[in-house]
Amino acid sequence: MNKSSEINTPINIIKPRSGWQIIDFKELKEYRDLFYFLVWRDVKVLYAQTILGFSWAILQPLIQVLIFTIVFGKVAKLPTDGIPYILFSTVAIIPWTYMSQAMTQSSQSLISGQHMLGKVYFPRLIFPLTSVLAKLVDFGISMLIILGAILYYRVVPTWNLLLFPLFVMLMVSISAGVGMWLSAMAIRFRDVKHAMPFAVRMLMYTAPIVYSASSIPETYRIIYSLNPIVGVIEGYRACLLGTPMPWPYIWPGMITAALLLISGAFYFKRMERVFVDVI
Amino acid sequence: MNSRDIAIKVENISKLYRIGLKENMHDSFGAAIFSFIKSPLRNYRKYRSLYKFDDINPNSGSKSHSNSSDIIWALRDISFQVKRGEVVGIIGRNGAGKSTLLRILSRITNPTSGHAEIRGGVSSLLEVGTGFHQELTGRENVYLNGTILGMKKKEVDQKFDEIVEFSGVEKFIDTPVKRYSSGMKVRLAFSVAAHLEPEVLIIDEVLAVGDADFQNKCLNKMQDIGQQGRTVLFVSHNMPAVTRLCERTILLHDGRVIEDGPSPQVVSAYLHSDLGSTAAREWPDAEKAPAGPVARLRAVRVRTEDGRITDTVDIRRQLSIEMEYEVLKSGQVLLPHFGLRNEQGTSVFVTVDLDPTWRQHPRPKGRYVSTVWIPGNLLAEGTLFVTCKLLTLNPNVLQFRERSAVAFHVIDSLDGDSARGDFVKTMPGVVRPLLDWTTQYDSDS
Repeated sequence: MNKSSEINTPINIIKPRSGWQIIDFKELKEYRDLFYFLVWRDVKVLYAQTILGFSWAILQPLIQVLIFTIVFGKVAKLPTDGIPYILFSTVAIIPWTYMSQAMTQSSQSLISGQHMLGKVYFPRLIFPLTSVLAKLVDFGISMLIILGAILYYRVVPTWNLLLFPLFVMLMVSISAGVGMWLSAMAIRFRDVKHAMPFAVRMLMYTAPIVYSASSIPETYRIIYSLNPIVGVIEGYRACLLGTPMPWPYIWPGMITAALLLISGAFYFKRMERVFVDVI
Repeated sequence: MNSRDIAIKVENISKLYRIGLKENMHDSFGAAIFSFIKSPLRNYRKYRSLYKFDDINPNSGSKSHSNSSDIIWALRDISFQVKRGEVVGIIGRNGAGKSTLLRILSRITNPTSGHAEIRGGVSSLLEVGTGFHQELTGRENVYLNGTILGMKKKEVDQKFDEIVEFSGVEKFIDTPVKRYSSGMKVRLAFSVAAHLEPEVLIIDEVLAVGDADFQNKCLNKMQDIGQQGRTVLFVSHNMPAVTRLCERTILLHDGRVIEDGPSPQVVSAYLHSDLGSTAAREWPDAEKAPAGPVARLRAVRVRTEDGRITDTVDIRRQLSIEMEYEVLKSGQVLLPHFGLRNEQGTSVFVTVDLDPTWRQHPRPKGRYVSTVWIPGNLLAEGTLFVTCKLLTLNPNVLQFRERSAVAFHVIDSLDGDSARGDFVKTMPGVVRPLLDWTTQYDSDS
């Protein structure tokens, strides 16, 4: 063995971990191929042996849009600030579908991957993040519905559209933050799994998905907007439909999202060292 | 010794597990209701406490902690070093801490105290085929499994053809793995593992899969790996494999290193101590006994013809091997089974129960002892390892299998009436039957 390779030999040091440690981005980068294959596996396996395949990614939100349009638009006649209800709900339901699925799936990611967890090492953070990224493929496909609705109603794109990536990032951050919190929690308390379905349902009604944010009284706006999902939904509406960007709804949520992401990463890291021992 | 020559350095590693998940019993309905109402809080405390043991240290023992009955030291103060290129076996009874040690060195779990250093890239094989997904094709699984085991995509690209060729499933490489037979799956998975090229390889009993042929192929592959100058840590219950593959062996007992030296010595110390597989093994604790849904192994014993338990048998005398087991569910046809291997790991023979009383007859619940008689002048001198196995038939279900459950030594006292006759040098061969010889003599030519 020559000198230079000796110097480059990595040394793995194994010792008790202290509870608080920041994310090891270098290590995550080291494992990017694995990350890629796991995301790809999730995407590929999801619709394996189905007749409709990826059409499900369109069909699911589409049916929900139709139901909501009939129930809330036609029957309950909720106010939508003058936007056709189908358009109003489509731009909200598609990001919401992403977020609810990403959160649910990543909260279960460690439990469903527990066998692998006990047999091989790679950064544990990959588990919840895989679900969050894999669901983006579905999100991308279901954007076709939005595109269709926008073309049908001849909505003219505005400069707001440039902010689209910002809301994608915000949406992914919220899902990742929640995913990290809940997956780490679920490994010790299986209650998470049982609470998740109705927690998601409740979350949906806390955000302006079927109704408009403007129906919330002015006094409660700040508190209401602390829910980061509010900002995401309102942001997407403004981006895609060209309504004025409702920053007062967005800022508070961005702060919450950042806190959620950072605290989630810390909590996950803190719990990481005991995952295997607690399963 | 130069520190660069050390591949693995383990210093004072200890690991504590908490098992305090005992369920409480209630003696009254009222108490049960009260406890049910209180239970969320109690459960919260209980599950929370599972990971809190920062304050305990291995040497002060139990005194520093209030409820120490629920903690277990899986490893206590383990230290050793492994040189680059060394192949080291780790042996010990179930629960001795072998797997915990490997899990710590593989970074799957963290030590409670102490630290270890591993120089160079590490791959650990605690199982064959981690992450294999039924719905993916063979090709996709090779990539997935390869990257899970620590390869880069590029490395898998380079070795792909070799991997597929070694596995022998070329024709089905683009078929979903769920259509594979279990043998094909294992071959493909092992073949991925066999093409890892880490500097340090950590292996846990992966050879406990597949048929005898395949196990042999794996052993050979591992021997190659050892000869390529890689550092290997190999945990196994298979004593012949350990002696064959590893020049050095570490014996763990109760979380401590109790022997560390050349494999033949350590293995034989293990077998002769009451720690290892001696001539008799019993499982007094039913919970820990090897068992399936229908049957549970309770003891395996080697006896001389007059019924004494012994680990040394005269080559000329017959001996018996018995397995004692419980049948937990009535109505199944059972097939007890013994396999003998010698020190080289060669299978000497396998024998199945032919006793006409129970052959093809469903058995009622209860305790059974099945004994096989092995005639004298059959086995060669040396140590024999007995694998004890029990199947239920139609369908074939393995109830339990205990490798190297017991071991015994066949000796020849050189009295001249064994197959050796007057020959006193090393005699190779797996069996040593006493055969008839005749000689024709013709004085005229």
